[in-house]
Amino acid sequence: MSEHISASTVKQEIIQTYPTKLARRRMKQIIVNDVKEDENVPEIQANTRTIPGIITMRGCAYAGCKGVVLGPTRDILQITHGPIGCAFYSWLTRRNQTRPYTENDPNFMPYAMSTDMQDENIIFGGEKKLKKAIEEAIAIFHPKAIGIFSTCPVGLIGDDVHAVCREMEQKYPGINIFGFSCEGYKGVSQSAGHHIANNKVFTDVIGQGDLKKEGDFRLNLLGEYNIGGDAFEIERIFRKTGLTLHSTFSGNSTYDEFASAQNVDLNVVMCHRSINYMAEMMEKKYGIPWFKVNFIGAESTAKSLRKIALYFGDNDLISNVEKVIKEEMEEVDAVRLEIKKRCEGKTAVLFVGGSRAHHYQDLLKEIGIQTVAAGYEFAHRDDYEGRKVIPSIKVDADTRNIEELTVEADPVAYRPRKSKEELEQLTKEGIRFNDYEGMMPEMPTETLIIDDLNHHELDLLIEKYHPDLFCAGIKEKYVVQKYGIPMKQLHSYDYQGPYAGFKGAINFYKEIDRMINSKIWGMVKAPWHDEPQLTAKYGWE
Amino acid sequence: MLLRHTPDAIVEREALTVQPAKTCQPVGAMYASLGIYRCLPHSHGSQGCCAYHRSSLTRHYKEPVMAATSSFTEGASVFGGQANLLEAISNIFNLYNPDVLAIHTTCLSETIGDDVAQIIAKAREEGRVPEGKYIIRASTPSYIGSHVIGFANMVKSIVEGFSEPGKKMDHINILPGFVEPSDMEELKRMVKMMGLDSVLFPDTSGVLNSPQNGHYEMYPKGGTTVESLKTTGFAKATLALGPIASGPAAKLLDTKCGVQYELLKLPIGIRATDMFVETLKRLGGVIDDELEVERGKAIDAITDMQQYFYQKKVALVGDPDQLVALTEFLTDLGFSVRHVITGTPGKKFISRVKEAAGTDAINVRESSDYFYLHQLIKNEKVDLIMGNTYAKYMARDMDIPLIRIGFPIYDRIGHQYFPTVGYKGALRLVEKMLNALMDYQDRYAPEEQFELVM
Repeated sequence: MSEHISASTVKQEIIQTYPTKLARRRMKQIIVNDVKEDENVPEIQANTRTIPGIITMRGCAYAGCKGVVLGPTRDILQITHGPIGCAFYSWLTRRNQTRPYTENDPNFMPYAMSTDMQDENIIFGGEKKLKKAIEEAIAIFHPKAIGIFSTCPVGLIGDDVHAVCREMEQKYPGINIFGFSCEGYKGVSQSAGHHIANNKVFTDVIGQGDLKKEGDFRLNLLGEYNIGGDAFEIERIFRKTGLTLHSTFSGNSTYDEFASAQNVDLNVVMCHRSINYMAEMMEKKYGIPWFKVNFIGAESTAKSLRKIALYFGDNDLISNVEKVIKEEMEEVDAVRLEIKKRCEGKTAVLFVGGSRAHHYQDLLKEIGIQTVAAGYEFAHRDDYEGRKVIPSIKVDADTRNIEELTVEADPVAYRPRKSKEELEQLTKEGIRFNDYEGMMPEMPTETLIIDDLNHHELDLLIEKYHPDLFCAGIKEKYVVQKYGIPMKQLHSYDYQGPYAGFKGAINFYKEIDRMINSKIWGMVKAPWHDEPQLTAKYGWE
Repeated sequence: MLLRHTPDAIVEREALTVQPAKTCQPVGAMYASLGIYRCLPHSHGSQGCCAYHRSSLTRHYKEPVMAATSSFTEGASVFGGQANLLEAISNIFNLYNPDVLAIHTTCLSETIGDDVAQIIAKAREEGRVPEGKYIIRASTPSYIGSHVIGFANMVKSIVEGFSEPGKKMDHINILPGFVEPSDMEELKRMVKMMGLDSVLFPDTSGVLNSPQNGHYEMYPKGGTTVESLKTTGFAKATLALGPIASGPAAKLLDTKCGVQYELLKLPIGIRATDMFVETLKRLGGVIDDELEVERGKAIDAITDMQQYFYQKKVALVGDPDQLVALTEFLTDLGFSVRHVITGTPGKKFISRVKEAAGTDAINVRESSDYFYLHQLIKNEKVDLIMGNTYAKYMARDMDIPLIRIGFPIYDRIGHQYFPTVGYKGALRLVEKMLNALMDYQDRYAPEEQFELVM
């Protein structure tokens, strides 16, 4: 890394490559961090339109809804209503691992299903084909629930997928059939799709079932998608500490667990961006408190477990959690300290997702790697600056188009899990209910924060910072590596993992050690490039 | 079981596609555009399409795949995408400075009926397109055809955009079809070896299998140059490989510029490669010893090892042009080709495959899917499956060896570096098939029949 390059200089140098109009827009999305008292940080513009023609990292609402939130659920049969592409691209590409309880339990995840709309469906409407497709799916797969996902043309031609779902539900009582209006053009990124998914699952699934899992400390884990087995590792730790995980939204999950998710006493939130709506709505309707956790990083995992134990307030649980942490940390520290020797002082930049760019900084810090620049693909201001800024976020037209549900306490099912006094006491002890501090307050002053990083800026960042490690997604992977810089995918984990929890931390340390210290980077330049062109000897020599 | 819900009993479906054996037009168009030197593909629609296509191509090639998008919002979807595309054109030339911008549409922009030609004209009028820069466009609605048709449409657009009628020169055009960069490289090598001048387009070699040298190039050294493309109308002939992927462009070159064309099978396998070579010979090419030796080596391997292929049953799934040539090759090797499935629509496919197999007693379907193929195999088991990465699920469940061919291949490398076309490609396929079948034999042979020499 070039030492002492200031974030302000980098910002300035990026901005000056843009024509005036673009520069004005990007100025507000490229921010030099400055952490003041009470976690106050500068305002960043986020969740605004992608600039046309800019090579963006972002995807669409369909990807956020079908791909991210619902995709990991194995027994909700999912039909994409639209031309073939969207179903094809979201077919198994996100690595959401799942483990059915038995050999015979349903698992539809390896099946991509689509209505494969043709031109006549675009012209005359696709509802008839959708109905037929649902009937065919029921005949073959006998699902207990079906989700229908709308793609761009569906909204434009006016297919009413919700009416189709209602009609099919009447025809097939006992099957819960619901539709998502997650057309790709909705909102400005995947984020709109998350919200659409949260809303529908909340109104049509949660509360429909009454599965109760045994245990004194029952909780849901929200916003954990089991990439590379992360959720399996968290499940292992929960079991070991005596916590009962009722349902994960949505890694390694089932319909019945979703449908009875109200039967818990706590919701903990991993990916704030994609699932905070659900946590909020469940709190309002059922009285289930929520707080933010982070199981990425061994220290963060320990911290999160302690918070959960504190919340339940049981002495046995608290001491058990401490025991587990102590036991697990022994192995973690042995590996960590060894690897830290080789990684200490290295730098990283992280541009990914709506949470991971924040979470992974903890993990990198544990082996001495500093994050010098970071940003999200599709986050909102609250993910950067903290939830305290929510009231001041300007709601623009693109956001207004995404339904905001009005939720009230359920006259029957609402049950406060803790008294007001208990919540106040827990808050005093450090649990921040309904809150997320955001990424920026946790990053040092003078780091560079960029929202919706684009290819042009990625190029410049590499040139200015020469980071030792770059973390982003598949589209960036090989661009960065062509520069001779190791690149870690933090969406797919480069087909490895898990990286969550204690065992995950160990995996990650080892992987980063391998990447940064691999011999192959030293071979990129052929040896003769350092030698003079002519090395032949004269015959008489 | 990974695919535990696939029943043996086949029930015809009218509306539900399960495990598609095709994807949509734009990804094919994007791939074709990358075969022009210094060209940036542009997706006119929601940004999700572009993200999906770039991800898909990146996973397949393990290479950077650059493309821009109009990033439609709900407003653009209602009022039309003109403002977005105009802004995109300005930004692209300002920031990324391509020589060619290749715009393809999506189901979104097609459904709302954006007139891309008119928008490009307006962009030029407004001075958004710098002097000397080119914009070509293809209409690629996702609700018609498949990724192969999208590829064909973009190749046709290249002809529309660059080929002009003129005095005939001595070179020929090669339309390689929707094949890998390694295949394009191999085709160029063969043509050159035969002493012919050619323009091969599109040409993704060098673009999607570029070297690691510590420098990132947004436009790598590869792709057909604009200069070459401009001479395609002066060629003495066009060799169009694969009727589905290359046919439309070849026909347009003929009607627009009077360049006659020969429509050939993709040169996969001995006979199809012979046909390719003989056609080149007719066009003035010379078959030298080196080429004879290459052919001889492939034939030698086959004569030595054909016992391992004889009457082995095989199922094929993929794209029509590849499948027709593969069916012929595998039949020549002695395989019994049992099931051939493509997702790409087109009735001619059925007769072409039957002709290549030399029999009507074969299960062939177009507009079909992996789910159906899986059911076919459950009903009549095969010894080998050839298909893209998605075939690995059924291959594992049924414990059948799989050879990856076609698009996408997300879980192996090799396709970007080693060809399957030509005699060298035939030899490579033979080796792959032998490895798959012999590894299987080695794993399952009873101990007393475990062979040292095979």
